[in-house]
Amino acid sequence: MNALLLGLADDELVLGWRDSEWTGIAPMLEEDVAFSSIAQNEIGHARALYQLLGDNPDALAFDRPLDEYRCAPLVELRLLDWARTIARRWLYEVADEIRIAALMEDGDPAVAGLAAKINREEAYHRMHAEMWHERLRETPQFRAAVEELWPYAVGLLPEGQRDELAARVSLPLPGDSLLLGKERGAHTDELAELWDEMTMVRRSAPAGAQW
Amino acid sequence: MVTAAQVWEAFEQIPDPEIPVVSLVDLGVIRSVDVSDGHVRVEFTPTFLGCPALEVMKQALEAKVSELGAEPDVQVVQDDSWSTDKITPAGREKLRAAGFAPPPPREASAPKLVQLQASVHRCPYCGSTETKLENIFGPTPCRSLRWCESCRQPFEQFKTI
Repeated sequence: MNALLLGLADDELVLGWRDSEWTGIAPMLEEDVAFSSIAQNEIGHARALYQLLGDNPDALAFDRPLDEYRCAPLVELRLLDWARTIARRWLYEVADEIRIAALMEDGDPAVAGLAAKINREEAYHRMHAEMWHERLRETPQFRAAVEELWPYAVGLLPEGQRDELAARVSLPLPGDSLLLGKERGAHTDELAELWDEMTMVRRSAPAGAQW
Repeated sequence: MVTAAQVWEAFEQIPDPEIPVVSLVDLGVIRSVDVSDGHVRVEFTPTFLGCPALEVMKQALEAKVSELGAEPDVQVVQDDSWSTDKITPAGREKLRAAGFAPPPPREASAPKLVQLQASVHRCPYCGSTETKLENIFGPTPCRSLRWCESCRQPFEQFKTI
């Protein structure tokens, strides 16, 4: 299985799940709508990517043991404040744009075609992230959040794409010691809790149940 | 034996599950219909990948083909071939009449926030362009929310894809 695509799919699923946690409790009603819609669309991207990787997207999304998920630690974090949530959305979208652009050049037309479709839709997520970045960029809370999450954002991308990310957000690449536990392949404790919740209903019913 | 023209005609009767004033043909999401030996192969493109109605649309297409006495083979094409530019002129008019502002045309580059914020988008109720962006997002992934300063009410604007 294509590890790069599986990583992307798992990122979108888990981030969609995390973003959906703001539904109903965002600081303003319009953001309840925005986060719910973004979450739904990210999960739609995960579904489309899983569909490309195997015949049963649900099985890929929910039937794997925890250690087989390929999401990056950035998306796993349960962020309970708005500045950190927005910092993650902004860093994620900048990084995501770089890897999606690379996939649009993929030799497999199915991969390139789906990446182009995802890219069209992500344009709206990027606008949202950019809008909030403009609004919060000078605040101490947001700066601290970016500083904290920056090594995690670097951990989203393979090494060959990291220089471009650093250039786009005007931050220096962190040293190896700062990346420890924050790169793809490592998992945070928060993922275990999320996995338990996310797969609970499916695990509660025997295989083949009809919903 | 069923013909492709009959299949297209039947598909015109399938309403969009979220916005039933337009059909799947009006939306332009059916890319091709191929009929051979009682088998009907349909290529269908999602609007947004996060569209919750995707599975419902696929099932409706399959059911319609079965009603015509043929064997359906509905393929979901996950590429960039659908655009809001494929919504037919009749479909755009039906959307407007139902209070959904049709999408602006797709441009070569990705849409920008500043374009959404510009007051060029026309209110579907009163026709005024004195409208402002309330939310890039709306009740479904394909829509955003705007406010009309002239007739003082919110409306939904289709996003360009």
